[in-house]
Amino acid sequence: MSPTEPAPAVRPSEPIPAVGLRDVSMAFGGKTVLASVSLDIAAGSVVALLGANGAGKSTLIKILSGVHTDHGGEVRVNGSLAALQSPLAARQLGIQTVHQRIGEGIVPGLTVAENLVFEELAQARGNPFLNGRRLLARAREIQSALDLNWSDSVLRRDVTELGVSDRQLLILARALATRPRLLVLDEPTSALSAAEAKRLFALVERMRDDGIAVLYVSHRLGEIDALADRLVVLRDGLLTEDQARPFDWDSALRAMLAQAQEATAARPQRAGDQGEIALSLRGVPLFDGHPPQDLDIRAGEVTGVVGLLGAGKTELARGLFGAEPFPAGALELDGRPYAPRRPADAIRSGVHLVPEDRHADALVPGWSLAQNISLPFLRSLAPLSAAGLVNRSKEDALGRATIERLGVVARDEHSTVEELSGGNQQKVVVGRWLAERPRVLILDEPFRGVDIGARRDIGRRARALAAEGAAVLVLSADVDEVLEVADRVLVLTAGEIRLDAYGDDAERDRVIQSISASV
Amino acid sequence: MTTTQSTEVPTKAALPPATSTGLRVQSAVIKYGFIFVTVTLFTYFALSEPSFRDSATLLDTLRYVSVAAILGLGVTLTMAVGGMDMSVGAVAGLGVTVAAKTMVTYNQVGVVAILAVVAAGALAGLLNALLIVVLKIPDMLATLGTMFVIQGTKLILVDGQSITPGMTQSDGTTAPGKFTDGFLRIDRGTVLGVPVSVLIFGALTVVAWVFLARTRWGRVLYAIGANPEASRLAGIRVGAYRALAYVLSGVLASIGGLILASRIGQGDVSAGTSQLLEAVAVALVGTSVLGRGRPNVWGTALGAVLIGIITTGLTIKGLPYYTQDVVEGAVLILALVFSFTLSKRRTA
Repeated sequence: MSPTEPAPAVRPSEPIPAVGLRDVSMAFGGKTVLASVSLDIAAGSVVALLGANGAGKSTLIKILSGVHTDHGGEVRVNGSLAALQSPLAARQLGIQTVHQRIGEGIVPGLTVAENLVFEELAQARGNPFLNGRRLLARAREIQSALDLNWSDSVLRRDVTELGVSDRQLLILARALATRPRLLVLDEPTSALSAAEAKRLFALVERMRDDGIAVLYVSHRLGEIDALADRLVVLRDGLLTEDQARPFDWDSALRAMLAQAQEATAARPQRAGDQGEIALSLRGVPLFDGHPPQDLDIRAGEVTGVVGLLGAGKTELARGLFGAEPFPAGALELDGRPYAPRRPADAIRSGVHLVPEDRHADALVPGWSLAQNISLPFLRSLAPLSAAGLVNRSKEDALGRATIERLGVVARDEHSTVEELSGGNQQKVVVGRWLAERPRVLILDEPFRGVDIGARRDIGRRARALAAEGAAVLVLSADVDEVLEVADRVLVLTAGEIRLDAYGDDAERDRVIQSISASV
Repeated sequence: MTTTQSTEVPTKAALPPATSTGLRVQSAVIKYGFIFVTVTLFTYFALSEPSFRDSATLLDTLRYVSVAAILGLGVTLTMAVGGMDMSVGAVAGLGVTVAAKTMVTYNQVGVVAILAVVAAGALAGLLNALLIVVLKIPDMLATLGTMFVIQGTKLILVDGQSITPGMTQSDGTTAPGKFTDGFLRIDRGTVLGVPVSVLIFGALTVVAWVFLARTRWGRVLYAIGANPEASRLAGIRVGAYRALAYVLSGVLASIGGLILASRIGQGDVSAGTSQLLEAVAVALVGTSVLGRGRPNVWGTALGAVLIGIITTGLTIKGLPYYTQDVVEGAVLILALVFSFTLSKRRTA
């Protein structure tokens, strides 16, 4: 089926790579996104692809998965020239891609089992009539091959009843069921907790041992350090670094970011003395029926909350914001009772939330940057509207100020959010809530899918806000992300606060220990 | 390869314009294609048919489309919040009946009739809001349900008969009232030669445009349509605003009903039925007219005018009236091609 051409002469010592790219390039409307990328991915190896947002990683992935077909250069699969003309063609050539957005990979309304065998169902050939028993048997086969330990009752459930991490594993299992030659994983752990990520790593290692080539795209250096045999760095459409183990991280990070930045940031210096209590929780259970928690969040500092998926991190954030009120307990804001029943109440009180999922919960698609920023404050920020009429020059000014303050890379404030890279979109979402100086700013996974440069910028803004006297709460599953930005570190597991430590007491190992101790 | 002059990776300042000529042509086609079609047709009709050039014909055309256009404005508002109002035709029909009932059966003056009709429209909108916002029924289905309920209620209200002045009522008496002259002037009267109904259409278009495009309320309606959860987390009372859109749609539909009642001059029980599809078509055409790909007021108004020009022109050309539906349907599909097929290719 695939158009073939005699394989190029190779020296016998060099095995033919599973997939090879030669001078692959791509431009959109005159803008070069990939300049000239050549990369061989050997069978049975894990190649990590690093790059800041906008470096061209997504474009490269889309070329490999047959989405972008009008690229320059050539792609060889097992030495023969391959035409990746469609996602189907790419799959038939043995290139499977697991995209970052999990929602795009599952079909709601179908069961877990149907989702597992979906690609086989979707194929034209074969028996058009569904056979529930055969389907379940095939699904069982797929899940047991990957040790997912899903019982039949799980397989029969609607897929929407699965949590995010199980959905991610499902998509991965489905990709592997076709025995691909190359598996492309785009930020596969971005929605997973550490324990769940370990499960995924074990899978990736097994695939490698089975001879599958893996292209692993991630921002998480620790994962790459643990998994990859080789790492390459993409910057501005060019491969700028190619390392074999052991990795030189300083060099890799320098290649990835424009300016040389130290690999790990120093722990923040405390701004001053302990601030007054901004927000206090008394007897608040994070989940129905879980033990009630007490917590004081102080002004003038950044409080970091480390929690795995299901620890109650998002419940804490959404409860404080009134998006999903707590089942019980009492809250006080600056000493006064505070009971937000909806986000509007919280915003009026100066409590703002940057939600976990910027696409689903924060951005309005198709809108300009300025419009996205002004949305919550059209009424409360006085000059933005008078007698209901929106003052667009004031709105644009607010957009420009935000671009400036957070270093958003965009044409101007009229760019639509879709034109921005993920990191810059996140800066817009964070910047929105800085428009009106909040008393309490809650950031739920603010660094997800964000490059290190953007992560530093956002972290700096959060610290600056705390230094101005606000209380800042940063919630994340990534220990390093929290340690990098927080004065005080809390560890949350199963709805309970396990560790509460300041400064030097909040060492990485202690934090990790307190998480693992409660597993 | 690593010389500093290399321009392989353009810097921000050196970036070429983001769109090539081909893309620019395509986006111009999407943006102005529909207006171009309208102007071309208009010119063609005007050049080939002297009677089409007559200003009376043009005003008549506008008068004819004013009802569907005003109903379309309501549909546009509900589409802005990501919904749809299928009950506008029925609400307009209810308005006709309520107007007739108030003036003919209860012998009230025109102002009372107007207030009663608008109140009925607001009430119908509230019913839609209750079903959609509180009871969480999908908008299309909920308004389809209210459409039937309103049509049925209307029939019960008049014992299944059209109300005409001087008719014999079910208790044997003669209906005491009539459509007042003032009320009849809504559609038949003119100011400086322009029919009042056309002026109402124009005024409502401007008001709706300011509301939807220039105020924060309109902005919020669009936000809800584009991403309801993000809107809620931005502190917006999503339910209240969605309810507002349906109530406003009901009110606009009832104003369309007033014009229709004034035009017919009696409580025709079948009035309004044909207006639904026209109103929805006009609003859908409106999403594509200016290439915005989203519901917008000027688009809806222009869409209505466009459909009016085509039907009037073809009627003058001698096309039988029963071909009108096919023509309108074709216009709608062409508009949908513009807003979905072409613009999708642009963003791919």
